[in-house]
Order: sequence, then structure tokens, then C-alpha cells
Amino acid sequence: MPANPSSESHSQLTLSHVTKRFSGRAGLVTAVEDITLQVKEGEFLVLVGPSGCGKSTLLSLLAGLEQVDEGSIKLDGADVVEPGRDRLVMFQQDALFPWLDALENVLFGLRLKPGLTDAERTEAARYYLDLVGLADKEKAHPHELSGGMRQRVALARSLAPNPRVLLMDEPFSALDALTRDQLYGDIQKIFTQRKKTIVLVTHNIREAVCLGDRVVLLSPNPGRIRQVFNIDLPRPRRINDPALATLAADITTALSAHLAEPKEGLV
Amino acid sequence: MKPPRALVPVVIGLLILGGWEWFVRSGRVDDVLVPAPTQIGEWFWSALRDGSLASATWVTMRRLMIGFIIGAAIGIPVGALCARSSLARDTIGILSLGLQTLPSVCWVPVAIIAFGQNEAAVLFVVVMGTVWAVVIAVQESVLSVQPLYLRAAMTMGSRGWHLWTRVIFPAALPGIISGLKQGWAFAWRSLMAAEIFVVILSGFGLGSLLHAGRELLRMDQVVGVMLVVVGVGLLADLIFFSPIERWLRRSRGLER
Repeated sequence: MPANPSSESHSQLTLSHVTKRFSGRAGLVTAVEDITLQVKEGEFLVLVGPSGCGKSTLLSLLAGLEQVDEGSIKLDGADVVEPGRDRLVMFQQDALFPWLDALENVLFGLRLKPGLTDAERTEAARYYLDLVGLADKEKAHPHELSGGMRQRVALARSLAPNPRVLLMDEPFSALDALTRDQLYGDIQKIFTQRKKTIVLVTHNIREAVCLGDRVVLLSPNPGRIRQVFNIDLPRPRRINDPALATLAADITTALSAHLAEPKEGLV
Repeated sequence: MKPPRALVPVVIGLLILGGWEWFVRSGRVDDVLVPAPTQIGEWFWSALRDGSLASATWVTMRRLMIGFIIGAAIGIPVGALCARSSLARDTIGILSLGLQTLPSVCWVPVAIIAFGQNEAAVLFVVVMGTVWAVVIAVQESVLSVQPLYLRAAMTMGSRGWHLWTRVIFPAALPGIISGLKQGWAFAWRSLMAAEIFVVILSGFGLGSLLHAGRELLRMDQVVGVMLVVVGVGLLADLIFFSPIERWLRRSRGLER
């Protein structure tokens, strides 16, 4: 973890007492309640929990796609009230635009970024496609790519405009295990190289331990922070590492203790 | 070896035409009522040579294109408006749904009273036949754009005009093209109704030619014009809409 001498002032993404409610069929449902959290510069934070714990809601709030009902979210001291280029999201499944090829998909966000020439934009897009290992696929449309490649393009697309924070909403959930393991490696490599602040949402505790500097365990109904784990394992981490598996098992135990009945799909 | 697939309809078509020719020539029916294929062919040839068929087709196609373009030009933005605003959807949207079910020939009396027996009346009928189907298709296809695309685009800073032109329209395009194709089919039907019922001096279209065939009791002409009408409709589909649809589907991996 990068050392921050004055972590207060450098703490870039701050959530204080965030509460979000939705009106559902059974009246008002509290999705997340009283979440207070600080994401440090260059930190890889993982929000983990069973379905219904509000982790995706939290990510939408960070992205500015939803508004908080109570509390506040600040990035570099400014309130997060709408979507912005400083917080880009890598989504769950195919959020790539099927009418654009890989390069054009990566260029989409870059084209909206002012102060660049077209040549610089294209150069940046090529650089990020190369970074995710798809330099030779720039002319391919999303349907011509495998699920793993598509998520790589999505990663390049959200990295290319160089956001302050990268938000990831269960980006590996639809992939097969092998592809997923490869992507864990890629993400860690990029994270170490680019020193990007990342917030990842997942229901997979092993994945959380594999990727996160810090794992925030949420419990459902309403979504609250249960426990925060610091993961000090050296990088790059491998998902099948025994130390990692042990730590994941500990977190799973902690979660089960909080839940009346353990939900499926946690490990 | 299997014969090419295109051969089957050709062979069967020729067999039917041959049977028809034989049936009429054998004297079992009056050829005034049922002209033989060769008689229709003769009319076709003479209409081609005196230029009446070409000029009628030209007049009709011009009206169709103008009417269709006006209808689409109105229908696309209005459909987009209906998708965007629930107020528009609850008013214009519902009105469109209702008027779409109205057979377009019902607009003919309105057009004649409002505009008289002229070109404007014909165009009005064609536009009325086209616009509602386009409004509804555009509204539906814009509403069914995946919210995920919008969320992704918005986080990257896309808003307003950019969001509409770079995300919503491309995403809705397959639906919009099907809507335009349907609008075209409706325009074609409306135009025939208009040309048969609105007797106008400003241009002699295919519908007028059909109408004239009736007045002259020329069944060969009537059937011949009908075949031309079918042919034009088929051609528009084959050389315009189908390739666009296929290209769209293929470029998005919906079809190989």
C-alpha cells in the first residue's frame, strides 16, 4: 500500500454516513445505511457481500448514477452528484457498444475528453488496447471477441480517459474460471503499473482477497459495513495461493457469523 | 448434385404460368375476365414501348419517395420525443397507436376535402399512412435501448445531443430500420389507395393506370399493373431495406 504521510488530506474518495433508499413493492427499502469509508489514493478497495447487501448500489452512488439520500460522497473534496470522467465504471457484462469496433469503443470516452488532438486520442486508445493485450483486435466488433476479450476492451475503455478512480461492478462474474484467473493477473499488473485507485464490487470472497488492499465486508438488509480486512499478501497474488485461500475462508466464516442463514455463491 | 435453391421457385413459377396459359387458351374461361400470361405480356410490352408504364412508375415512385421521406422526417423526431417524455407518450404516442390502425384509404376523403384533387392530397395520404408506424417503431426501439449502454456512456461524459446521436440512435437503429421498412410498406399501400381514388390531373401514376384499366374493362392492364406494383414493392425490399437490415444484424453479431 502506498504510504500517505497525511492520509486525511490525500484521502481522495470519502463516503460519510451514506444512506440510500429505494421505493419497492413493499414500500421504502433501505439499500445501504450509514456507510462511512475512505478510499486512499492508489488503493485497491473491494466491496464484498452477498446479494442484497447494496454493494452495487454503493458503486452506482460512487459513479454518480444514483444520488445519496443521506450523507455525502466526496472526491477530492467535491460532492459527487453526477456521472463524471473522473470516475469511470467497468460494468458487469457487455456494456461495450456493439455498433463500434474495439478501438472505437476505447475511443468513445477519449473523444469526450477535451484538450486532446485526434491523433493523441487514437494513440492513447491503441496504448490501452495494447496494455490489455488486444493490440491486434482493434478492428474487431464486440461479438467477434470472447467474453474475456470483451471485458479487456471494457477495461481499456474505462482506463483510457485516465480517471481518478476506476469503479468495477462485478466485471468477472460472467467469465469462465480460466479467463477470470488471467484477468486477475492483468488487473494486478495494471494496478501496480498505473497506481490507479480502484473500487471493485464482487460477491466472490476469494476474488476480493486476491485483488484488494482492503476488503470491506457488507451485510444485507440493510447494507451496512460489517468488517474491514487489510490484505497484506504480496503481489502479484494467485487465486490458488493457499495463504489467500485461508484468508478467504476466515472472511467467509466472519460473514457466516453475521448472517442468520448463509447465502449461496459466496465462495 | 442438389439444384440451386433459386431454381425451385422459378421452375414452379413457370409451371404455373404454363398451366394458366393453357387453361385460358383452351377456352374454358373468357379471356376478357381472365387474360392469359401472354396477353398480360403483350400489354406490358406495349405500355413499355409507348412510355406510359415508365412515366406512371416514375410519377408514383416520386410521390412515394417524397411522402415517405416527409413521413420519416416527421416520425423519427416525434417518436424520439415520445420515448423521452411520458407526456408525449401518453398523448402523441397513444394517438399514433390509434391512427396506425386506421386503414390509410380512410384519409382519402379528408385529403380531398382539405386539399382538393391534387398532388397535395396524394402526399397527405401517403404521409398519414407512413408517419404513425414510424413514430411507434422509433418510440419502442428507443425505449428498449439497454440501460447499461446509457449508464456506460453517461459515466464517460456523454449527455444530451451526444448521447442521442452516438448511443441511443445507433443502439435503436435496427428497430428504427424495421419501423421505416414498415412505414415504407404502409406508404406504398396508401399511395395506391390515393392514386385510385384521387383522380388528379397533375400526374398519371400506377394507381391511375390501374383505375383506367378498370374503366376500359382491360383485365390484362389491371393484372399487369398489379404485377408491377408487386415488383416495385419487392425491389424496394430486396435492394434497399433487406441489405441494410442484414448489414446491421451482421455487424452486431446477430446473424452470420
